[in-house]
Amino acid sequence: MIPAAFDYTVAESADHAIQLLGEYGDEAKLLAGGHSLIPMMKYRLATPTQLIDVGRLDDLSYIRRDNGHIAIGAMTKHAQLETSDVLAADCPMLQHVAALVGDPSVRHRGTLGGTLAHSDPASDLPAAVLALGGTIVAKGPNGQREIASSEFFTGYFESVLAEDEMIVEVKVPAGTAGWNYQKFNRRAQDWAIVGVAVADGGAGISLVNMGSTPIRATAAEEALAGGASIADAAALAAQDTDPPEDLNADGEYRAHLARVLTQRALEAANG
Amino acid sequence: MTATIGSRMLRKEDPKLLTGEGKYIDDIHAPGELWMGMVRSTMGHATIASIDTSEAEQMPGVHSVWTGASLTEAGLCAAPLPCAWPVTEDMVNPAHLPVAVSEAKHVGDIVAVVLADSRYGAADAAEKVIVDYEPLPAVGSLEAAVADEVMAHSDLGSNKAFHWPLIPDPEGTEKAFAEAAHTVSAKFVQQRLIPAPMEPRGCMAIPSPAGGEVTFYSATQVPHILKVMIAATTGIAESKIRVIAPAVGGGFGGKLNVDADAILSCSLANHLGLPVRWTESRTEAAGSSHQGRGQIQHIEAAADADGKITSVKVHLDADMGAYMMLITPGVPLLGSFLYTGVYDIPNLSFTCDGWFTNMTPTDAYRGAGRPEASYAIERIMDMMALEVGITPEEIRARNYIAGGEKFENYDAASTLVFDSGHYRPAHDRALEMAKVADLRAEQARRRDAGEAKQLGIGMCTYVEICGLAPSRALGGLNYGAGGWEHATVRLLPTGKVEVVSGSTPHGQGHETAWSQIIADKMGVDPNDVEVLHSDTAKSPLGLDTYGSRSLAVGGVAIAMAADKVIEKAKLIAAHQFEAAPEDVEFESGSFSVAGTPAKSVHIQELGFAAFAAHDLPDGMEPNLQEQVSFDPPNFAFPFGTHVAVVEIDTGTGGVELIDYVAVDDCGTQVNPLIVEGQVHGGIVQGAAQALFEVANYDEDGNITNPSFMDYLVPSAAEMPSIQLDSTVTPSTSNPLGVKGVGEAGTIGSAAAVINAICDGLSPYGVTDMEMPATPQRVWQAINNSNGGAA
Repeated sequence: MIPAAFDYTVAESADHAIQLLGEYGDEAKLLAGGHSLIPMMKYRLATPTQLIDVGRLDDLSYIRRDNGHIAIGAMTKHAQLETSDVLAADCPMLQHVAALVGDPSVRHRGTLGGTLAHSDPASDLPAAVLALGGTIVAKGPNGQREIASSEFFTGYFESVLAEDEMIVEVKVPAGTAGWNYQKFNRRAQDWAIVGVAVADGGAGISLVNMGSTPIRATAAEEALAGGASIADAAALAAQDTDPPEDLNADGEYRAHLARVLTQRALEAANG
Repeated sequence: MTATIGSRMLRKEDPKLLTGEGKYIDDIHAPGELWMGMVRSTMGHATIASIDTSEAEQMPGVHSVWTGASLTEAGLCAAPLPCAWPVTEDMVNPAHLPVAVSEAKHVGDIVAVVLADSRYGAADAAEKVIVDYEPLPAVGSLEAAVADEVMAHSDLGSNKAFHWPLIPDPEGTEKAFAEAAHTVSAKFVQQRLIPAPMEPRGCMAIPSPAGGEVTFYSATQVPHILKVMIAATTGIAESKIRVIAPAVGGGFGGKLNVDADAILSCSLANHLGLPVRWTESRTEAAGSSHQGRGQIQHIEAAADADGKITSVKVHLDADMGAYMMLITPGVPLLGSFLYTGVYDIPNLSFTCDGWFTNMTPTDAYRGAGRPEASYAIERIMDMMALEVGITPEEIRARNYIAGGEKFENYDAASTLVFDSGHYRPAHDRALEMAKVADLRAEQARRRDAGEAKQLGIGMCTYVEICGLAPSRALGGLNYGAGGWEHATVRLLPTGKVEVVSGSTPHGQGHETAWSQIIADKMGVDPNDVEVLHSDTAKSPLGLDTYGSRSLAVGGVAIAMAADKVIEKAKLIAAHQFEAAPEDVEFESGSFSVAGTPAKSVHIQELGFAAFAAHDLPDGMEPNLQEQVSFDPPNFAFPFGTHVAVVEIDTGTGGVELIDYVAVDDCGTQVNPLIVEGQVHGGIVQGAAQALFEVANYDEDGNITNPSFMDYLVPSAAEMPSIQLDSTVTPSTSNPLGVKGVGEAGTIGSAAAVINAICDGLSPYGVTDMEMPATPQRVWQAINNSNGGAA
């Protein structure tokens, strides 16, 4: 529970952070809310020698309407999503999911950009952004690029972000059509054992903790689009998944949960 | 007076603790202090081939690095850590050195110690100590220990540490089972639990500048026991050791041991002439001291045609872990006497085998032996009810001691004498508060409708043994100490009262409760009472806090010492009144002569008279100060009925505890507010065993969930608003009629919750559920009854 030694720099801007990332290379980690990174450092599972604090970049903290979608600054905290009037009106699912992350202290430190960059398949918000068909805006030394959320996650705690890139903004489409999020866990503060996010009446279904990344339940989505019943579509929810096994659940049980929770989410979204 | 025995007085301790003024071990520092960083075995069982400390010694801020070999060379820490409860004469007790020399016996066993000028520096250097382990086959489960094929200690031919029988009437057992109309049997697993108090363990030893004396600060439940044991283990004279327990943030049994950190810090501080300290990290806690439970219970019950139980037969396999700690082998025995529960069962047969494994040692954890026993008998009662075809309520009613009516001095089959009990009122009240009749109707409706969320209702009527204890009884069990408690009460010259308590708080509220007892007895304001405790220089005699003993032994000693002060003060008052002492009355703090109430003196006014000693009765010694060592004639046996209501999501296997009712009887209550707090916390701790907590080990002896991310301590969000009530059946074991309540909630709740789950799943043919009842386990149980269809 005591981290290895590290140096710490407060970034003055996103560009400054990117410049520092370029200087330090793979010895550096960006520090946003720190609620995933710091525990990993305390267990010495992560031993970066340089921490670049981007959590104080207030100009990356905003939620605003922008041409049919909602633009959210990467350093916007979960608690801000939870209490946002813009999201309440135009993207209630994201607001709802944000309120289920961890506990109040986590939600007052954790950031949307941080949780996406961390790419934990067990986290709630990445799967919500994926179900919504959101876009991640990343900035690097050569400027900005937009990455579809469906292209973003590549493996356990891995994404397409380059070593010298940081997320600056997340865009999600505005929409209030049938949505639901089912989070199954044992304690309120825990990660989901399995979670299911449904957006747009079932056009977007994504699964939490059912593989090495947040994933879309493509077979279920396609069945539903093809006119299948909710029960029949939900029965396909775990198809082509490779769920992890841990103390809470083996793969078979996780697959069962994915099917049950998908059915419940679809019923609630279309109820 | 504003607060006496029975008042809901706010705790005197709280303003200080809630405003950050409490001084915990980590708030206390000494100039020149060195931090210990423990190098702990990462192997369940291994030979220590070599240890290379050279790189660690070169790290910045490092003072020295010690191994078992270098400590031995310096003549330090050569004596094994103590076990005070050798339960049988032939008990096997392998030497447990503070630092392992040649063989590591569990993950967390200390193999080297770094001393550095900061905690972080010590941790960094500990990582640079290179230990060359040669792995040995490990015993990673109790089942593997019992199989006795792989040895937890390579030099032993068996893992069995002892065999302990309690079979008062073997023929009776045989006859009961031969003649039984019904028998049921079951195997229950009491999983290992991690004590997990809010404040981790920690300590600091400060040597005197001239050497030879040590002041030892420790986050401990047992400063007095530590003082004796540190002296006995290190060779430092008892009179040269002062132990101070500062503010202590909970213990639950996890802080009553004599651990390697205590012996190492005292020995090294004394040797080096420098303060030596240590603070446990949370993940370190899983392997640094001890865990609780760790038993497999085989239980059989025999009953007549009406469901009247005639005998209970138990065999216990108990996981000692790698070593015997202070009372490791005694914990299962504390439960042995309770396997007949609250029932008039004429026969009990109990045997226990203790087994070594390559896991963290076990020892006391809230309830220590008694929650396990209560669980087994209360689960088997529900199973017998199913077998006989009657309800859980009915089978209990048919079996209660004295038919549920009030009794005193009941001779139990275990050979113990229950002081007092009155089980039916708590039973009736709990069922009424939980609205069990309405719940049964709702349960039937949901079953008929085939709803996804099913209801389960479970009850438990427990009894426990509190107030450790009569010294003779402990001697009979070969326990290495007595069970008395010591108290001093002083009426100071200014009229204030100073109380010295031998029992030591670690969150309970002793200062408040003792003040109330004094206020009640002496007729003074509770704020005029100061309680000194937790420092062997201020309170040299005591046996500390565990086994729900503080009030039932220590609180009674306070009351008895107050009585003696009042008696002496009465002689002074009579002298002042020029009256005969037998004519002087004492009421609400004032002495007066019978028949002339206008002439009176308050006891607080006599403090100065006793101090000045200008005009005392002939031959009377000055000062008003009295001491009592109270050794109770018997234990106290609190009881109560708990009802748990669960909602089971048959789709996911998730179980939610939606209501919980507890009607407890701990005898006379000194402060109902403190009682309720104890019951609340206790219930959650037992429900946590039923639903959430387990220390998981793999077959090599690695703990796989040593952090709070995976070791699931529940929060308020997982608990319903608990409904409480109480009945009062005074104890006959002490003059206050008090029993003890620190462990009661835990002893009642695990069985109530699992009974509720089994009740809810009974339509699926489920008759038992292993703890913790994880969603996957519940889903699998449902799934199996569906013939495997997911």
